[in-house]
Amino acid sequence: MADDSRFFDLEIITPDRVFWSGKASMLELNTTEGQVGIYKRHIPMTMILEPGIVTIHLEGENKEAAVHTGFIEILPDKITMMAEVAEWPDEIDLNRAREAEQRAERRLQAHDPRIDLSRAELALKKAMVRQQLAKK
Amino acid sequence: MASMRDIKRRRGSIASTQQITNAMKLVSTVKLQKTKARAERSKPYFDKMYATVTSMLAKSGPLDHPYLKPQKSQKKAVIVITSNRGLAGGYNNNVIKLITGSDMKKEDLLIYTVGNKGREFFQHRGYTVAADYSEVIENPMFSDAKEICDEVLAKYVAGEIGEICLAYTYFRNTVVHEPTFLQLLPVDIDEADVEAARDNSLMNYEPAEDEALEVIIPKYMTSILYGALVEALASENGARMQAMDSATSNAQEMIDNLTLQYNRARQGSITQELTEIIAGANAIQ
Repeated sequence: MADDSRFFDLEIITPDRVFWSGKASMLELNTTEGQVGIYKRHIPMTMILEPGIVTIHLEGENKEAAVHTGFIEILPDKITMMAEVAEWPDEIDLNRAREAEQRAERRLQAHDPRIDLSRAELALKKAMVRQQLAKK
Repeated sequence: MASMRDIKRRRGSIASTQQITNAMKLVSTVKLQKTKARAERSKPYFDKMYATVTSMLAKSGPLDHPYLKPQKSQKKAVIVITSNRGLAGGYNNNVIKLITGSDMKKEDLLIYTVGNKGREFFQHRGYTVAADYSEVIENPMFSDAKEICDEVLAKYVAGEIGEICLAYTYFRNTVVHEPTFLQLLPVDIDEADVEAARDNSLMNYEPAEDEALEVIIPKYMTSILYGALVEALASENGARMQAMDSATSNAQEMIDNLTLQYNRARQGSITQELTEIIAGANAIQ
């Protein structure tokens, strides 16, 4: 079999653009059920995304991006990721992410009943993912 | 017949109006190109979203989920997307007519407006305007759509409203914009699409279908709303461009007419003067 049998079609779509479209050999990502890595010929599956770093394995190199909330549809030879927000490392503003982390932490520690805890937690996760990726 | 000076003044004022409408036309042409490109860029996301939701429903069959079943409450929430500014021809009126022209009762409606024109109209007519997000329409972001959806959805889940609808202008192409009214919740998906998707429904879900549905339906709703905002913006600029284009050509027509009248009047006055001079000269002889 030819070498491109390892590759599947990958599309990452956000509301504002087609973030990535091309061939990849493996995809690593973070879902509500935990970290997963997907190769070609996976069983059809739909999963919900958690904020995290997505690693796209290409021929000889890896690409990384931060992805927050959305879902992913996996078919044997095609993967479509529907992300609400997706960013390349050079699009991330590190200072802003640091500030967001501080803000979210303060909110979580405030014990104020008016604060939406799950939202603050999500903001914290996003900020941490962004920093993690930008520092690499 | 109007005097020469009157005609000249009128022609001047029309010419300056024409300059304004022409400038507005140019501005909205540029804006249209931008917003159109944006609407096209976001299209793949919504197509995929629709396809996913359809195939999920095909797979899971009739679920007893509040997002999918008709609710008891008679109240309807309608999100109305209009523009903040006028001079866009029938654009705003056509959207408003979707609501006033239907058989929905005023008391049963809870209006959420995006766009000043819609808000002014519904407040004036005594409709219940639950919330207004007019600042959003200038430059809609996905997080704006999410904010609106979260608020309406919270009311739906609490049982205060039984239906969520959306009235906006669908951007078919640069010249055709269709005022559209659609139901967001309970989810109303074409049976034929569901049947088509059933054939290849070997999809697995992690977490299980009903939990996944719980997460994906609000996302589906948000994406439709965001798509509607982006398309409405493109339609608004398209409508304004058309309106200003016809205003400019109407002004040109009026200017041409007035120029003709002015020249006739000018010639008339010359002829009259001549006749008077000749008559005067004749009288002296």
